[in-house]
Amino acid sequence: MKRNMRFLLAGLGLSLVIAFFLSPLASSLPDGLEKVLEKLLLGEPVEEGASPASAPLPDYVVPGVKNKWVSTALAGLVGTIVVFAVALLMAKALARKKSSPAGRKSD
Amino acid sequence: MHIPPGYLSSEVAVGTYVVGVGVCTAAVWKANRDLSEKQIPLLGVMAAFVFAAQMLNFPIPGGTSGHFLGALMLAVLLGPLTACLVMAVVLAVQCLGFADGGLDALGANIFNMGVVAGAGCYYVYVFLKRFLPKTRAGFLASAAVAAWFSIVLSSAFCAVELWLSGKLPLGVTLPLMVGIHSVIGLGEAAVTVGVLTVLMEARPDLVRDRLSTRTAAMVAE
Repeated sequence: MKRNMRFLLAGLGLSLVIAFFLSPLASSLPDGLEKVLEKLLLGEPVEEGASPASAPLPDYVVPGVKNKWVSTALAGLVGTIVVFAVALLMAKALARKKSSPAGRKSD
Repeated sequence: MHIPPGYLSSEVAVGTYVVGVGVCTAAVWKANRDLSEKQIPLLGVMAAFVFAAQMLNFPIPGGTSGHFLGALMLAVLLGPLTACLVMAVVLAVQCLGFADGGLDALGANIFNMGVVAGAGCYYVYVFLKRFLPKTRAGFLASAAVAAWFSIVLSSAFCAVELWLSGKLPLGVTLPLMVGIHSVIGLGEAAVTVGVLTVLMEARPDLVRDRLSTRTAAMVAE
């Protein structure tokens, strides 16, 4: 259990460092699909995502935070924590139902 | 390769939703039976890592960029169905929270990046592992090649969906998508091998549990 906790902290810590410190450095060039859509649909720029109102942090920026660097870093941090929490809760809910930990091997 | 909103016909959107949700339902059913306590933190951490790593777009030649997907890595560590489920969580948060990928295309994105890249390409990995030497190098090579295929195949499915939606001609889109993504796939293979190598040092048990006993013994050496 202690080992699991250490792994959890190290893994989550690394992910948060990536999201906060490295994501602002990421290339802002269009990705493969965007590039193909741009090229074939006569250069009209690709509209990403749904209408801005529906997503709280559209395009990985925090609305209202002017500094692009800080904005992306914060959005990355929030997203990583949310994904971690959702996945962890889902795993807890799914694994709990089992009566004995011994037994079947996973696929 | 998150498909933006408004590109898919309703038939393609609904069809891919049905398959995506179907596979995720099977994954929930399987996890309910098999997911061990030990895997709970692994699942959370890997999902967080995949989300964070997907933000790191790296430039590739031709004025475009790519990023790590992580589906095959998840499949190697968690199994094909659980990998698909984790990808669905990541994709849903990206779509709903960050407007990355359309809500109408979420089914297709789960299909391409979860079902095809994760669950499907897991079997490419299994197939290769059977024929390559049962060593650490053989294990990593199987994962690397399957990781490359995961990117290329999901980009091919993406092209097919845009074609079926009447948006783009397959003859033009398919070679472009596959061409760009065969380069991005090299990055995917490199990161996958990197993560697996680090995990084999840090937590060999987490990797070993997923391998057959014979391979595991060789990898542990």
